[in-house]
Amino acid sequence: MSKKRTITAVVVGLGLVTLSACGSSGSGSSDADSKTVTLVSHDSFTYSKDVLSAFEKESGYTVKVLKDGDAGQAVNKAILTKDNPQGDVFFGVDNTLLSRALDNGLFQSYEAKGSDLILPEYRVDEDKHRVTPIDSGDICVNYDKAYFSEHKLTPPQSFDDLIKPEYKNLLVTENASTSSPGLGFLLGTAAKYGDDGWQDYWTKLKANGVKVVDGWEQAYNEEFSGSAGGKKAKADRPLVVSYASSPPAEVIYADPKPTTAPTGVATGTCFRQVEYAGLLSNAKNTKGGEALIDFLITKQFQDDMPLNMFVYPVVEGAKVPAEFTEFGPQAKDPETMAPAKIADNRDQWVKSWTSLVLK
Amino acid sequence: MDLARTEVTPRARKKSRRGDAARFGLMALPVAFFGVFFAYPVAAIVARGLKVDGVWQFGRIWDVLAQSDIRHVLWFTTWQALASTALTLLIALPGAYVFARFDFRGKQVLRAVVTVPFVLPTVVVGTAFLALVGRGGLLDELWGVRLDTTVWAILLAHVFFNYAVVVRTVGGLWSQLDPRQEEAARMLGASRLAAWRKVTLPALSPAVAAAALMVFLFTFTSFGVVQILGGPTFSTLEVEIYRQTSEIFDLSTAAVLTIIQFVAVGAILAVHARTVRRRETALRLVSPEVTARRPRGVGQWALLAGVLASIAVLLVLPLGVLVQRSLDAPDFGYYRALTSDDSGIFLVAPIEAIGNSLQYALAATAIAVLIGGLAAAALTLRAGRLVRGFDALLMLPLGVSAVTVGFGFLIALDEPPLNLRSSWILVPLAQALVGVPFVVRTMLPVLRAVDGRLREAAAVLGASPWRVWREVDLPMVRRALLVAAGFAFAVSLGEFGATVFIARPDNPTLPVAVARLLGRAGDLNYGQAMALSTILMVVCAVSLLLLERVRTDRTGEF
Repeated sequence: MSKKRTITAVVVGLGLVTLSACGSSGSGSSDADSKTVTLVSHDSFTYSKDVLSAFEKESGYTVKVLKDGDAGQAVNKAILTKDNPQGDVFFGVDNTLLSRALDNGLFQSYEAKGSDLILPEYRVDEDKHRVTPIDSGDICVNYDKAYFSEHKLTPPQSFDDLIKPEYKNLLVTENASTSSPGLGFLLGTAAKYGDDGWQDYWTKLKANGVKVVDGWEQAYNEEFSGSAGGKKAKADRPLVVSYASSPPAEVIYADPKPTTAPTGVATGTCFRQVEYAGLLSNAKNTKGGEALIDFLITKQFQDDMPLNMFVYPVVEGAKVPAEFTEFGPQAKDPETMAPAKIADNRDQWVKSWTSLVLK
Repeated sequence: MDLARTEVTPRARKKSRRGDAARFGLMALPVAFFGVFFAYPVAAIVARGLKVDGVWQFGRIWDVLAQSDIRHVLWFTTWQALASTALTLLIALPGAYVFARFDFRGKQVLRAVVTVPFVLPTVVVGTAFLALVGRGGLLDELWGVRLDTTVWAILLAHVFFNYAVVVRTVGGLWSQLDPRQEEAARMLGASRLAAWRKVTLPALSPAVAAAALMVFLFTFTSFGVVQILGGPTFSTLEVEIYRQTSEIFDLSTAAVLTIIQFVAVGAILAVHARTVRRRETALRLVSPEVTARRPRGVGQWALLAGVLASIAVLLVLPLGVLVQRSLDAPDFGYYRALTSDDSGIFLVAPIEAIGNSLQYALAATAIAVLIGGLAAAALTLRAGRLVRGFDALLMLPLGVSAVTVGFGFLIALDEPPLNLRSSWILVPLAQALVGVPFVVRTMLPVLRAVDGRLREAAAVLGASPWRVWREVDLPMVRRALLVAAGFAFAVSLGEFGATVFIARPDNPTLPVAVARLLGRAGDLNYGQAMALSTILMVVCAVSLLLLERVRTDRTGEF
């Protein structure tokens, strides 16, 4: 009998859980609360707690952060929900997707306080001020130092090097249609060799044995012999398309920390990505959103950002951490491309690239 | 014994009308649940893609089908699912036999172990599996064979994932078939093969068909495996829907593909529902303890050894690689790192993901058991055509892309009274959608096996339908309920596709945390991902092992 009662209690309990769950969900929607400001971003958005709480203390706003999938997904979801957005500010649309966001009317105009300090090379959309640059990062080929010293081979430095016979079957890259570094690398070659020349370049790259995998995780952790994961997986490709900040990450996330990075960056293969933030079109807390965007380009946040997100600051006077300059110097002259040009060509290029390289 | 098969007399008909009312009452909540949290969001996202200015653009279907790329995807989806199903049956059927008929040490543990892959998230498994068939993997070291860019990697991973489906569905029934029937046939002069073919095979074939269809369904809609192991060259319908929605943002193509998949999955489920019904024909079942015995003779020992070897290589080895990599730092360094929040990825120590996962999974289990239990109870009362349709409907979430459901949640559940978009309950709700089919499939056969005369007797004595259920059915299905809850729990724990869409940043679940850690360079991040995966695996294994202890009835499908 007591067993029976237990079961009844369990069943009733389950019902209550469900009911209470439904009940509490109603209170979850406190968007209208003007003291809360919500930042929508992608999974890579990270920050130091004390820096954010300093802002909260100063401004009186409580910041809610909603990480919404990888970079592309987060943008697409923001566009899908733009009539009734999930937050007030969106951070994390990069130059490869910026036009999609702007064309869909994702953002409203706001010129951030302190935006005069943003370095000129990062500025876009200066007449309308719909987005504010927040950080930049370079997509570059990384190399496994051990491999090249063992084989007494100079690591490649440029796009041109990658198609030389001594680097045959060494490079792994990501699918340009599904991976953001993969797309960046394709755009880098398009910027370097022009609208017509890049296809020819990729034909040679393919002939030189480039391997394509779907995402960065596989390329870096499974195929690249220089990464921590790759070493465990007995990976055999000493060249990978990754970020200029990956070598410092290999040092910082190692225990014990090595005195030098196990990997290096081929500085002549870089494509610059810039990430922007903007005030969402139907933001419920416009004032709070504006204050949050101002905050993202303060020196305080810009100094904090590099070691959290492994990106470079974009405002004058912000500090680049010593690990960055020591283990992964920023490329002097990276390839880059105007967002409008990317928007016009992206789909067509990815399509041609797919049939050229994958089929 | 099944109410559906009792003779319908005039008096029974009158009673059945009261049964109708009870059934609709029971069905109300599950129907509402699926309507609101499945049909409505999916319809909303499909409409978003296919409706321009309020007019449906069904012509798009032909446009999309006309593309050779898409036709290629459809073709690949179908043939790899057929091949995966065949290979899984080939490898797992001997396993089903061994688990059903042989008694050997460690059988319970092993049964739990082979089920672990089924509930593990594919992000974890993909990584582990590459270690088997990729470079430097076992096959590479032994014979220099690498399969990581071939379709073989996909097929073998599908075997890895679905082995348990066959062992549990077919093995469950096999263990209860009375071996004396076959022995009798042999006494009467039939050869061993003929006896098996005439006696055991017909009894078993509906279960084999049901298992095959489930494996076909899971591999037809395969996502993570194909995405990780297939590389950029192989794509299933499900992966293509993800790409079109999430990367290319072509919602109309995604909507068309969703409809195509929906139709295909509907057809598979319709066939499945038929085989399940055929399976319920009366068989003389005995307790599994009676049928299993220690292997005898060289042949049987060799079979056992072969099956154990295949399990060791195909299932245990990839899991072992995870464990080994998680321990690849001195003094459990990666595990210790899990307790600090230095990494900056989560703002909380990664170890807290375990707590989050458990809480979400518990809530999801509660919902799945409530909804699935009610649905199973409704389905037991009488099997009309409507009810059979309902049966299939409950399985649909297994075959609809998680990205479709996730995007649907996003645009459909954003207004009062259903403004759940920023609520934590969204995660358990999405997980429950996947859990319900398992609850229904586990409960249904057991509930149907309850002698209908007991219910009638109780009803004649004046008990209300609720009371009949509580006093007659519930005590008999208590264990099945626990098993169902356990399965829903394990499945929720490993659910990744929908969770990753809606999980909140400050409380990631285990699979989400693993994915995020794998998304960053550096030894510690990689090591922590392996350590968390190992913990997830252990939690799944422990809950499955507990299930093995409470489980008595093995007619359930999972």
